[in-house]
Amino acid sequence: MSELSQKHLLGIKDINRKDIELIFETAANFKEVINRPIKKVPSLRDITIANVFFENSTRTKLSFELAEKRLSADVVNFSSSNSSVKKGETLLDTVNNILAMKVDMVVMRHSSPGAPHFLAKHIDANIVNAGDGTHEHPTQALLDTFSIYQKHGSLEGLKVAIVGDILHSRVALSNIFALKKLGAEVMVCGPSTLLPKYISSLGIKVELEVSKALQWCDVANILRIQLERQHIKYFPSLREYSLYYGVNKQLLDSLDKQITIMHPGPINRGVEINSDVADSDHSIILEQVENGVAVRMAVLYLLAGVQQ
Amino acid sequence: MSLAMQKKLILDSNLLRITVDRLCQQLIENHDDFEDTVILGMQPRGIFLAEMIHLQLEKTVKTKIDLGKLDTTFYRDDFRRRDAPVLANATEVSFIIENKKVILIDDVLYTGRSVRAAMDAMMAFGRPNKVELAVLVNRKYTRHLPIEPDYTGIDVNTLDTQKVLVELEAQGHKKNKIWLINKEEK
Repeated sequence: MSELSQKHLLGIKDINRKDIELIFETAANFKEVINRPIKKVPSLRDITIANVFFENSTRTKLSFELAEKRLSADVVNFSSSNSSVKKGETLLDTVNNILAMKVDMVVMRHSSPGAPHFLAKHIDANIVNAGDGTHEHPTQALLDTFSIYQKHGSLEGLKVAIVGDILHSRVALSNIFALKKLGAEVMVCGPSTLLPKYISSLGIKVELEVSKALQWCDVANILRIQLERQHIKYFPSLREYSLYYGVNKQLLDSLDKQITIMHPGPINRGVEINSDVADSDHSIILEQVENGVAVRMAVLYLLAGVQQ
Repeated sequence: MSLAMQKKLILDSNLLRITVDRLCQQLIENHDDFEDTVILGMQPRGIFLAEMIHLQLEKTVKTKIDLGKLDTTFYRDDFRRRDAPVLANATEVSFIIENKKVILIDDVLYTGRSVRAAMDAMMAFGRPNKVELAVLVNRKYTRHLPIEPDYTGIDVNTLDTQKVLVELEAQGHKKNKIWLINKEEK
């Protein structure tokens, strides 16, 4: 018998290593479930989950919705583009209105960092952060580390490089927390304009040259350039970024070892990663997507099990 | 010695061997050459008995019999109704049970709720022709559901304050021993 130490999943920062290991163990069992002919279990049949997305998402929303449905939960979807948020309603009012309809859990994505933490202080339902601005994206970090765990057996002492737009990436921050908690060594790599100023204070290495980062690491997690969050120019052109930071086969062939390639998606082929790398045998990008559903099932299942 | 410490041996190594022998003979009587029969051991503790029975059956009948491990955690009816969720175990069923005869095996039959969950869980692997239940220890008069075993190792009369403790060599214990113990009073 085991349960999570938290009733919400707001960020990786708030959970401990035991929680992460419990999620991994449960996710491995759900991965077996979703590979059966009948992929559904009745665990959450008396639970209603609201997916509240104040920011666009395809993959995360789809992945959460599949996870919820495979656990037999009732699901309601809300996205701000066609809602009363446009009519001037506050976040708290919107969510309280949804909860008044007897919803047990809220999966929320919001463009403001800390929005799920604010919500957790004011409402009773379990809250899962599906991304808050440039802050955290805990389920992505869990599925990334779970994918590494499944491929390499352990993260203890493993060297993981996160390459790309670290400044605007919630995936990077959550991944750093998760990797550190699981005992991995972490390096971030990108143009200096896209690296947060005090990032090394998290106890990680910083590297500006992508070839050196790749030579150092066992696993490279390559992030997308988040143009939608960049309101000023951080580098001269995408072409130049691709030239200096794009990961291609030539670069990988020049290393004296083979490394595992990851990408949280959506991929911009030819920018941060080339097709010959993304589709290669060392890429586990599609495993990440499959694991995403299993990990999210585990998170929802375990949170539902935490006594209120 | 206080009541809380009482421990009574109900099956020892020798008796367990004889009991498993008899269960296998009864299974052979009903399943002949096991052509359409599969065995499912219930996680976490039923799998050890299932493995013992499976090994002996394959030796006696001289044919390969499918053996799977079934976990019922995600199908339980007490999720969110008890103190902490039960940690799931692996399900390993590498065959389809459509139109097969299934022998479901567990160590102890108590309320019957796990067996109900197991029947739900196995449906994910097809619609069986027939499902039978074999248990090592049948705790009588404790059922919450109308479920009874088809093959029983030993029947015991127990109180709700008692617990059946199964210690098998396969689980890392020194000797096979099955105990009836009084639960510690809280």
